[in-house]
Amino acid sequence: MAEQALIEICELYKVFGKYPASVMSQVHEGAGKDELLAETGHTLGLRDINLKINRGEIFVIMGLSGSGKSTLIRHFNRLIDPTEGKILVDGVDVMELNKKELEQFRRHKMSMVFQRFGLLPHKTVLENVSYGLAVQGVKKPVRHQKATEWLETVGLKGYEQQYPSQLSGGQQQRVGLARALCTDAEILLMDEAFSALDPLIRSEMQDQLIELQDKLHKTIVFITHDLDEALRLGDKIAILKDGELVQQGKPEEILLNPATEYVEAFVKDVNRARALTVETVMNPPISRITANTIGEALEQMKKLPEDYGYYVNEDGYQGILLQETLEQAAEDNAEAALNETLIEELEAVSPDAILESVIPETLDTEYHLPVVDEEGSLQGELSRSNLAEVLGDSSRQAA
Amino acid sequence: MAEKSWLTDFPQMERGDLIAIRKTLDGAYRDFSREYGDVIEAVFDPLLNFLIWFERLLLQSPWWLVLGAITGLVYLASRSWKLSGSVVVALLAIGYFGMWDNTMRTLSMITVCTLLAIALGVPIGIAMARSDRVQNIVTPMLDVMQTMPAFVYLIPVVMLLGIGKIPGLIAVIIYAIPPVIRLTNLGIRLVDREVLEAATAYGANPFQRLFGVQLPLAMPTIMAGINQTIMMALAMVVIASMIGVKGLGQPVLKSITNQYFTLGLLNGLAIVVLAIIFDRVSQAWAKRSQKHLGELSHG
Ligand SMILES: Nc1ncnc2c1ncn2[C@@H]1O[C@H](COP(=O)(O)OP(=O)(O)OP(=O)(O)O)[C@@H](O)[C@H]1O
Ligand SMILES: [Mg+2]
Repeated sequence: MAEQALIEICELYKVFGKYPASVMSQVHEGAGKDELLAETGHTLGLRDINLKINRGEIFVIMGLSGSGKSTLIRHFNRLIDPTEGKILVDGVDVMELNKKELEQFRRHKMSMVFQRFGLLPHKTVLENVSYGLAVQGVKKPVRHQKATEWLETVGLKGYEQQYPSQLSGGQQQRVGLARALCTDAEILLMDEAFSALDPLIRSEMQDQLIELQDKLHKTIVFITHDLDEALRLGDKIAILKDGELVQQGKPEEILLNPATEYVEAFVKDVNRARALTVETVMNPPISRITANTIGEALEQMKKLPEDYGYYVNEDGYQGILLQETLEQAAEDNAEAALNETLIEELEAVSPDAILESVIPETLDTEYHLPVVDEEGSLQGELSRSNLAEVLGDSSRQAA
Repeated sequence: MAEKSWLTDFPQMERGDLIAIRKTLDGAYRDFSREYGDVIEAVFDPLLNFLIWFERLLLQSPWWLVLGAITGLVYLASRSWKLSGSVVVALLAIGYFGMWDNTMRTLSMITVCTLLAIALGVPIGIAMARSDRVQNIVTPMLDVMQTMPAFVYLIPVVMLLGIGKIPGLIAVIIYAIPPVIRLTNLGIRLVDREVLEAATAYGANPFQRLFGVQLPLAMPTIMAGINQTIMMALAMVVIASMIGVKGLGQPVLKSITNQYFTLGLLNGLAIVVLAIIFDRVSQAWAKRSQKHLGELSHG
């Protein structure tokens, strides 16, 4: 049943130093990073990492400087070899690949974007973008054609013959991104790809990445030390501390249930109203009324906690029914069909809406807001207390 | 009495022992060179033939043709009319003062030495950059080559191969090759780690990394090494003339023994002129081939 993960990391350990194997027993016994360094001169890079990354998701790895993010991502394409552990990509054990197979694997399966861009300074923008194809031995006209298209996609048309040093940081990273996309690799590794850019360009690049991902559905491993960026991009987030994975999960899980104090400290300054969507805090849709007649509707409503319900028919959510109105109508004829006049309008909110954007509506009405998706079906209800709980919680922690 | 002697005088080995050691080593080497001298000489024959051919080419072609060819090469490398013009004037002056033939001999020697030094030095530098162990072995050898007085390593070379062009060439190369090796090694090691990592991440094999990334990016440094090598080869010309290398060095040597100041000065100046030509042209070429550095280069 469970989806086959595209990338799977099992019990990965990395120790830097002269004789890593010789200190592994100490590591397994639980020696800390500082302890290991003081006693043996070896640096613990990663300890017991277990990860599953699914096809098509943006998986964000987050942590402070020196927490091992770059070390971890470099294991995916074996720029760094693990001391112990297994790396499976699409079912293939990367450690089993020989030199030639590893080259092929890097050429076709993964591409990478670097923090300081990693462009070849002696090659033009066009040659840089087509570098991956050049390495594969693709003929010049073909690869230049393709590189030109990708350059256009990232908005750098006309810069083909420039050298990287003639471009701004943001433009250089677009070249880096185009180079990564040009090989059509399924997996994109991005090591702090946007960290060197100023905030405005950075958020532009994030938008562009999201837009591209909507079209391309790549599997992206994205590294950042910025939680806002992580929340914005990530389908899943993993948090590293001193080479250990302290928590992984959906963004809202991490925001709402930080596993350790470290994560809590990390997330406490986040503006939750901006980071969370309605979906993550809403209650299940219990106040649903699907009756045909007024009598039946009243019958259903009696079981509900509140004195109103959301009327849903084959066409989806229609509006809100009030007990008061129904009772009046039932005095005339309880057998009569529910009609338009009895249904009151109540603007629904989308499950994907950011909490901040629905605060006014929530405060404006005494009812719980119906949460309705694009197809019109009722997904949940959002109450003031829902909002107060998550937003209040964060302000209390921040204080 | 015995103790006193080692307190006041350094405890030396017996004179006789020392003489015995010297005799044995010298004898062994002499036997070796008698035994294998011809074989080793034969190995160098193709090189000698090439040297002679190249020298003849420069000497026997009409002077204006050689002058035209040199100027053409200078222009191709530097794309500068000013530099090319200065080269013509300098060479005309050299010819006018009667040093044309010797200059051509030296030029041919230096050209061959430089090409050989590059052909040997760059691969050695690459090997050093790829392996710390090779670096640890080669570096002290380079230190010895650069500090050992040239006369000392002339002795075994002359014992083995006699005097003439080939021993001269070997002496010049031993003296001049260290910079190109050192700077090739340094240049490759200084290549930005992330750029190299990027190449690896896209599946470049070692060959593609070396020729597509490392060497091109190390090129400015390697060029500086080549430049140094040329300068040192020119400086070695006078010493090499002591073992029979013809060219500008011989008149200088003659001037020293006979105290001909003007003759020495003129030939010395001709060497300087050659040095300046080599230096300016190779630098102009290096700069032109690094156009991607554009405005970033500091001159
Ligand atoms: N080649 C190496 N040799 C020894 N130690 C290393 C090496 N590479 C990384 N480390 C150590 O591993 C730890 C993690 O480094 P890493 O570069 O993965 O951190 P990071 O999370 O990417 O940090 P940053 O945000 O600064 O990039 C650090 O303590 C570092 O000292
Ligand atoms: Mg890093």
